[in-house]
Parts: sequence; C-alpha cells; structure tokens
Amino acid sequence: MSNTYFEILRPGINTTVQDKGRKHMYHVGIAISGAIDQRNYKLSNKIVNNDLSEAVIEFAYQGPLLKLKNGKINFSITGDVLFKIIRKNSSDENGICYKNYILESEDQIDIISTKNTVYGYLAVSGGFELEKVWNSYSTNTKANVGSNNGKKYSIEDKIFIKNSDLQVNKAKEIHYNLPSDNVIRVIKGTNFDFFSSKAQNIFFKKEFLVTKLADRMGIRLSGHELENIVSANIKSEGLVRGVIQVPGDGNPIVMLSDHGTIGGYPKIAVVISADLDRVGQFTPGSIISFKEVSLEEAQNIFKAYTDETNRYLNECN
Amino acid sequence: MIKNISNLGDAAVYCDFGSDVNEKINLNVISYFNSLSKLIEERKIIGIDNIIPSYNKLIISFDLSLTNYLEIRTAILNINVDNKISNNHKNIKIPVCCDDEFGLDFNRLSDKTKLLKEEILEIYLDKEYFCYMTGFIAGMPFLGDINKDIRCDRLETPRVKVPKGAIGITEQFTNIYTFESPGGWNIIGNTPQKIFDQSNLEEPVLIKPGDKVNFYQISKEDYLNWNE
Repeated sequence: MSNTYFEILRPGINTTVQDKGRKHMYHVGIAISGAIDQRNYKLSNKIVNNDLSEAVIEFAYQGPLLKLKNGKINFSITGDVLFKIIRKNSSDENGICYKNYILESEDQIDIISTKNTVYGYLAVSGGFELEKVWNSYSTNTKANVGSNNGKKYSIEDKIFIKNSDLQVNKAKEIHYNLPSDNVIRVIKGTNFDFFSSKAQNIFFKKEFLVTKLADRMGIRLSGHELENIVSANIKSEGLVRGVIQVPGDGNPIVMLSDHGTIGGYPKIAVVISADLDRVGQFTPGSIISFKEVSLEEAQNIFKAYTDETNRYLNECN
Repeated sequence: MIKNISNLGDAAVYCDFGSDVNEKINLNVISYFNSLSKLIEERKIIGIDNIIPSYNKLIISFDLSLTNYLEIRTAILNINVDNKISNNHKNIKIPVCCDDEFGLDFNRLSDKTKLLKEEILEIYLDKEYFCYMTGFIAGMPFLGDINKDIRCDRLETPRVKVPKGAIGITEQFTNIYTFESPGGWNIIGNTPQKIFDQSNLEEPVLIKPGDKVNFYQISKEDYLNWNE
C-alpha cells in the first residue's frame, strides 16, 4: 500500500476516475462510462510515460484543488484547462497543458477551470492506486460502480498514487491543436424515417444550441423542434454512445458515456466514432450542426482520426 | 429469427426481430445474446464491446479500431443459435409492500381501471411475470405481461424522483426501480429486496432476461424488518 496521495482541498464540480470504459455490462443496465474525451485521456497518460489504459482523473468545468502528501510525482493535464501549481513555499506558476511537471510533497495543483470545453484530464506517473470493478477503473455515479465506490470525489477524500520511482523526469510535451470545428458528422439513425422531410432537412441544415442540460449522460439540444410523423415512442431498445434520440418535444438528445442503457425515443442519427470526443466537449451555449456521412466515409474518417491521435502520442516517444 | 440487420452508426449492429413484443420473440433475442456471449468468451469473435438485448432487438456495439460493421454482421448471420444455453431460467419471488405510503398511484389506477385497490392488487399478484430485459438503470427488470384489466398509460408528468425499490406498472409491463431515478410509471408498492448488488461481482443482478417473477404482499412491519 502506497503512502503517497492527493488530499482533496476542493473537489470541483464533477471529479471522477475514468479510463477506457467498462465493457460487457449493458445487458445488466450498466453503460460504458469511461473518459468522455478518450483522446485526451490517452494523451495525459502518454505524457507521464504510463500505459495508455491507466486510470486518470477527469474533471468538468471547475476542477479540484489537490495537495500532494508523502511523495514526489510527475503529472500532466490535458484538455483546454486553466491551472496553477502552488509550491509549498507559496510560490505559484501557471500550468501549461500537454506537458509534464514534477510535484513534491505539500505542493498543490489548483485546476481552476476548463476554458472552452467541459472536460480535462489529470494523469500521474505510475498511475493511481485503485481497483478495477468489472475490468474498469471508471467511476459510474449512476450505478455506484467503480472507483471511489462509484461516487464523484468530495472534499477531504484521498486519492492514492502507486509508488513510482520517478524515472520519468524527462520533459515531455505534445503540441496539441484544440479542435474548433462545430460540425458533428453523423450517420442516419434507425428511425430517421419517423421524421417529416422538413424535420430531416432542418436537422442537417440548421444549427442547434447545446443547453444547460448537459452532463456525462448526454446533452440536450434546442433551437428546432423536429416534427415526428410516425410515433414519438418506440418499444424500448438498446442505446449506444453517440445515438441522437428525439423525444416527443422534438428536441434532440445526444447520448454520452453514462447514458441509460435502454431508451424508448426514436433515433434520428448516430454521431460517428471519430467525433465522439468532440461532441462531449461542447459547453452549454455552443452552437453546433450536423452533417451526414456514409458508413464508409465514417470508417475512413475514424482511421484518419486514429492516425492523428497516434501522431500526437508519438511526439512523446 | 432476425428479420432485418443494419448498422447503428459506424460502431454498432442493429438486429431487428420484428415489431411484436412476446415471450417467443424475446427468448429468440436472448438465445442470440447467449450464443454471442459464448463466442466472445471463447475468443472466437474479437472487437465486440457490448451486446444489448431488449424486447425484440439486439444491438451489438464494437470497437471500430478492431473490427467493422461488415465483419460483425457476417459473424452474427453465421451464428448457430443454441437455444439450450438459455434454458436455465430462475423462478424468483419478490416481496412487495403496497401500503399507501408506497403505493403512490392507486387513486389514478382506480380512476382509469374502475377497479378498487384490492381488486387491482389481486389481479396483479395473481400472475407470474416474464423478464424481457434488464436495463435503463442498473438491474432494472422489465417484466410482463400484466392483465389487460389493470393496464394504464404512463403518468402525464413523470416524477423527478421515484424511490428505490418502487414497483411500477405501465401498459403491459411492470418493473422495479433499482435506484432512485426519474420515472413515469404508476407506482403500486415497494420491495425491500435488493435487486441490484454491486458488491456481488459474479451475479450483481437478481432478475435476468428469461427469468420468471412472482410478487407477494408483505406488511409494513415485515418490510421494515426485512433481512435478506
């Protein structure tokens, strides 16, 4: 058991442990969870020389204020994040994302806020000392499953860090270009025909507003009510991340990683795999639009996206 | 049998077993689920992340970096479905207290069905229910079919919070809220029985698709002193 840990002086709004996600549990009602932005989760691990599947801390909007106890670590923060490092002699420095820092005992990381996105990631060299539940470290606050008993972190909680011998003192950095595109590419859903041709046109031609009803379960959009000409309900069936459901009020909802596993609203479209990281990062008030692509195009776009992720990862080799 | 198979986005396969909801179709969905699960366990298919059975659909999500729609589609169409795997279904008895503090919607149900609370309960408790699927929230069973005389639509305005353990009915179905959750079903009682147990890593869910469930009434005193 390690004696090195973060003491949480301020928990932040929604601070949880995340990883690649929890598979093979949908049939009992447990969604995939995992980091909303899978690419930034991987990059944070890579910068501190971790296995890409190590657990990281995900935070949303205001992040935590953490004090390191009894150790010396290497950490990185990814995303679009404003943070400070407060040394134990009270001097502080502004942190830069996508590079690694050494933190000594009694130093603090103050993750002030994310800027133009919702989620950011904190990785420490060697990883956190946590146990997997159903093969994942991810905190699922809906089923109270996973790290921290399936709950978000609170003040005075401790997050233990595995004993690392801190061989990774080498400075590492990724030159990351934050995405600025607000067009989300989708494939038509299984109930696309439930919507009037006018609604179908609106869906692909008009802009939608990301409302305040946005969390790890999903994001509700507004701006145009999509007219359903068949039925506002279907027999409940499975959902996957990225499905866009349209309930009776006509306002689309995009399913994110902690979504209900079953839903009874028509599926107008599904976000392509390559755009899932980006769609989860839109802040309330963002204006977004949808563009239709074919299955083949989606597969090619995903390959290009994966290649780009690998190029970023390789900057740290 | 699968009537139609299509892609749901670029990382899931959507298998449609028709539009009817009945035990026969659902058992077929469950057989596919079991057969696919076995293939995954034996590592004969790679890349599948999740299989989600429901009344009459089966959705298979996969990792696009490991496989693709055509590969998974072909694998599904070539499965020899083994109906035998699905034959070990359990009979489960669930205690329910229907005192007024738990049976929140009897007034509404009586208005709609023109039956007294006692009559609704007698009809409800008389039947053995079939578990079609589990989900929405962890461990929530979707059971059916309830007698035609006590069927009722969802609440016009769903509750923001339905208490944990609540037993709900809507249309031909009945369910159990395994967590406090928003919900629009008519609430007729509450069970002290743990339906979802995250500390039980082998069998976290008490009621699984294909299982049969009977409800029996208990007193408030039994409810409060319930000890599993």
